[in-house]
Amino acid sequence: MSKKIIATASLAGCFGCHMSILDIDDRIIDLVELVEFNKSPVDDIKKFTKHVDIGIIEGGCCNSENVENLKYFRENCDILISLGECAIMGGLPALRNGIPIKECLNEAYLDGPTVGLNTEKIVPNDPELPMILDRVYPCHEVVKVDYYLPGCPPRADLIWDALVALLTGSEMDLPYEVIKFD
Amino acid sequence: MNNTIKFKIDAKEIVAEKGKTVLEAARDNGVYIPTLCNFPGVPPKGGCRMCTIKINNRFMTSCTTPAAAGMEIESNTSEISNLRKGIVELLFVSGNHFCPSCEKSGNCELQALAYKYQMMVPKYPYSFPQKDIDASSPKLIKDQNRCVLCQRCMKTIKTDKGERYFSFSKRGSELEVIMDPTLCESMTDEVAQLAMDNCPVGSILKKDIGFVEPIGTRKYDKEPIGTDIDG
Amino acid sequence: MKEKILEIIGNYNKDKTRLLDMLHDIQNVIGYVDDESILILNQELKISISEIKEVISFYHFYSNEPMGKVNIYLNNSVTSEMHGRGAVLDAFEKECNVTEGSVSADGLFGLFPTSCIGMNDQEPAAIINGKIFTRLTPYRVHEIVKSLGNGIKIEDLIYEGDGGGRNSLPEIHSMVCNNIRRRGALLTHDYKFFDTTNNLLSEKSPQEVIQIVEDSNIRGRGGAGFPTGIKWKFGRKAEGEHKVIICNADEGEPGTFKDRVILTEFPEMVFEGMVIAAYSVGADIGLLYLRYEYKYLLNYLNGILDKMRDKHLLGNNIDGIEAFNFDIRIQLGAGAYICGEESALIESLEGKRGEPRDKPPFPVEKGYLNYPTIVNNVETLASIPKILTKGADWFVGLGDKASTGTKILSISGDCNYPGIYEVEWGTSIKDVLDMCGAFNIQAVQVGGPSGALIGSKDFGRNLSYTDLPTGGSIIIFGEQRNLLSDVVMNFMEFFIEESCGSCSTCRNMPAVLKKRFTKILDGKGVQSDIDDLINWSELLKVSRCGLGQTAANPITTSINNFRHLYDRLIQPGIEFDTGFCLEDSVKDSCSAVGRQPTLHHM
Repeated sequence: MSKKIIATASLAGCFGCHMSILDIDDRIIDLVELVEFNKSPVDDIKKFTKHVDIGIIEGGCCNSENVENLKYFRENCDILISLGECAIMGGLPALRNGIPIKECLNEAYLDGPTVGLNTEKIVPNDPELPMILDRVYPCHEVVKVDYYLPGCPPRADLIWDALVALLTGSEMDLPYEVIKFD
Repeated sequence: MNNTIKFKIDAKEIVAEKGKTVLEAARDNGVYIPTLCNFPGVPPKGGCRMCTIKINNRFMTSCTTPAAAGMEIESNTSEISNLRKGIVELLFVSGNHFCPSCEKSGNCELQALAYKYQMMVPKYPYSFPQKDIDASSPKLIKDQNRCVLCQRCMKTIKTDKGERYFSFSKRGSELEVIMDPTLCESMTDEVAQLAMDNCPVGSILKKDIGFVEPIGTRKYDKEPIGTDIDG
Repeated sequence: MKEKILEIIGNYNKDKTRLLDMLHDIQNVIGYVDDESILILNQELKISISEIKEVISFYHFYSNEPMGKVNIYLNNSVTSEMHGRGAVLDAFEKECNVTEGSVSADGLFGLFPTSCIGMNDQEPAAIINGKIFTRLTPYRVHEIVKSLGNGIKIEDLIYEGDGGGRNSLPEIHSMVCNNIRRRGALLTHDYKFFDTTNNLLSEKSPQEVIQIVEDSNIRGRGGAGFPTGIKWKFGRKAEGEHKVIICNADEGEPGTFKDRVILTEFPEMVFEGMVIAAYSVGADIGLLYLRYEYKYLLNYLNGILDKMRDKHLLGNNIDGIEAFNFDIRIQLGAGAYICGEESALIESLEGKRGEPRDKPPFPVEKGYLNYPTIVNNVETLASIPKILTKGADWFVGLGDKASTGTKILSISGDCNYPGIYEVEWGTSIKDVLDMCGAFNIQAVQVGGPSGALIGSKDFGRNLSYTDLPTGGSIIIFGEQRNLLSDVVMNFMEFFIEESCGSCSTCRNMPAVLKKRFTKILDGKGVQSDIDDLINWSELLKVSRCGLGQTAANPITTSINNFRHLYDRLIQPGIEFDTGFCLEDSVKDSCSAVGRQPTLHHM
């Protein structure tokens, strides 16, 4: 049987979910037996070199680059998983969602307590920069998402149990202790 | 005269004292019916609709329905579980529930109900409403983002004269529970603590303290909500 | 000012169940309820400040802030929109220099939207400082605002002449038209007012009266259709120190205005119906809850009650019947659709927010101030005197078997002759359309937003409790109307605006549905979005009251009967679309930083 191929990415996330993947500890050896990694920070492959079976997304979409990355994943993955609170509901970056974007930018670059060095009072606007979205979007509000694994970060056991179920085609039977939102 | 009645919930026989509600009778018999707005000792006000049951093909709230002999009640059916899960999901998308940064996480009843119903993501779209945080009281923070409008604070936190510290404001989707400016200015630590304890979510918080219990030891870390009743 | 406020509170004996009256009186004096008055209420009534604000903020017509010296409430019902509300609103905004929902900078004008004010047959209509103005045009708006600016009093601006019938009485002096276009058993002038009370009541026992009402098989005309005789029987049996008869005149279902006409032309029959009800169940307290929008009828109705007292039709030993003591007080509402729900209405009568109660107990067991209470609709009560005089058989001879008697319809929308039509139950929609001169009709909303939107395949169906039940609202839509974006959207916004919010499903679900519905209207919908609307609507069925339980009806009945309109908007051949649009979502930030969007980055 050929190995399943996995890709991962962090959008507007903190890489905590990726850390939690590593938290499966010595089971990572079993994982390497089961899968091959493609585009992922784990192996530093920057672009998809082939179509993959499972894409794992950490983080939601706060700018245009996140959106394009997410769409790129959707096109290249059979199954897409939202991993963690940010991917599922925007997470902490989405705390800004009730606030108009102009106010956010002003606070960050003009009026906030940490803008001392920005003496020219510039709000970054270089055309090369990604554009900020009006709010942070959960991944499934941008593309179709197949599975959701909540947590901040998701428990390593949840990631392991879910992956094994997906890889072996068995039923996902997740114990109470592993589904948490914090 | 016999002071007890018998009825059935999901085919289980319930023996209850006359005058009890279906919810109270169920609890006394080790049957858990989920609730959010209900609070023992104060009059129920079927607000959250979580305890919805079906009697004679009609939806009723078990917290407000008096138990009657011979009732045949549906509670733990897939239809009703789906509806209850739907209510939890609806509450999640209608507020701003950022569990990772909430002091009440792990002890929050809304979150615990989401765990119980294995809510991986709400089926409804998030609304991210714009809500305020009122920190004007010296003792309390009232965070409207997290409020589920259950009225528990309104019903249980009162002065000796019966005046309410918390009240509704506005209506419909703009409905909020607000603090009385005068009363909350002078509230005692005990009252503030009670207000926080009686809040099912993290909307009422005592100032200057938080995140006391480590992850793993909190109320709903290991055992689902309702285990104390049907566990 | 403090003395004045204290005097107002004193007028109601510091009774906090009369808070609504106190707030009305304070607002009459000051123009709004200011913080000082709230503080005085707090001290005098011993309820906390936030508890008083809780009541103020619930009702549409109370305000804790100035509302403008001239406050204009422009009706936003669907027929108002159909008859040119947009242009009228523009005119008000321009002439008053104010945007809708706010007060002008000089504090002179306040302009606010308001849900259906019961004038659907003469739209666009507005309430200006408590006076009703109907059939507004931009030209008329210009004249009104100019005249007000010149110091002309609002009363003197009703210069077209009064609206006919009793509207021209000095006590009413209103330009509202009755538009009675078809009279039946109830609206025909063949009854001498108070004949039943004067000549019949003393000869019959309460049980006999209830039996006649029960035999007539009359059912509640407000919409729910509970048999009146059975309700009274329960009321008779219930035990209480006092018993209460309430007339529900909070006619709020968009599109109904028949109670307004009955209260204008036949209030004697309504009040007599209450007296008969009181006699039957043994009640001593009578209350009529009048919606705020009909405030212009208040003095007139109170005048009729005074005359009844003079004739010993109210008061002690009515009609010489020993110990039959009963009187009626009119409670003015303050703007809340939900108060048409009987238990919410009772809460409001007790001076509280109009939030529905949990049932059981039903009002007939524990109602107003926990006394056994009968709540009947205006039309139901108005029918009672004739039923007693002419007999149950006469009434049963009208209508059909399950639905006896007649129904007064409020017809509006795309027809030549909008107005009041009294028909026998069992009349078909097709006949109704023929009656009012409606041609090339696409759809009819039967029973208001909480009822059903039906199309031509159902026009052969009949109005009855067993086929198409209705409280009387019939709104007609011609071929030219966009049913989804104009009608269904208007109704969904109505439900969002009027939810009391105290139960979780009704507070939140209509907004969720509206969001998904908007996605379809925006051309971003896929097939599964229609399924979502149908499935998600199910959750509203567990709501506490009728408002919540029916709040998805505009969407579900339009999907059932006009599925092709939805299918037409769905993107063909596309199974999935989140509706996300990168271009739209970066617009704000690009304009904030002053850059052009650079799409297709990668």
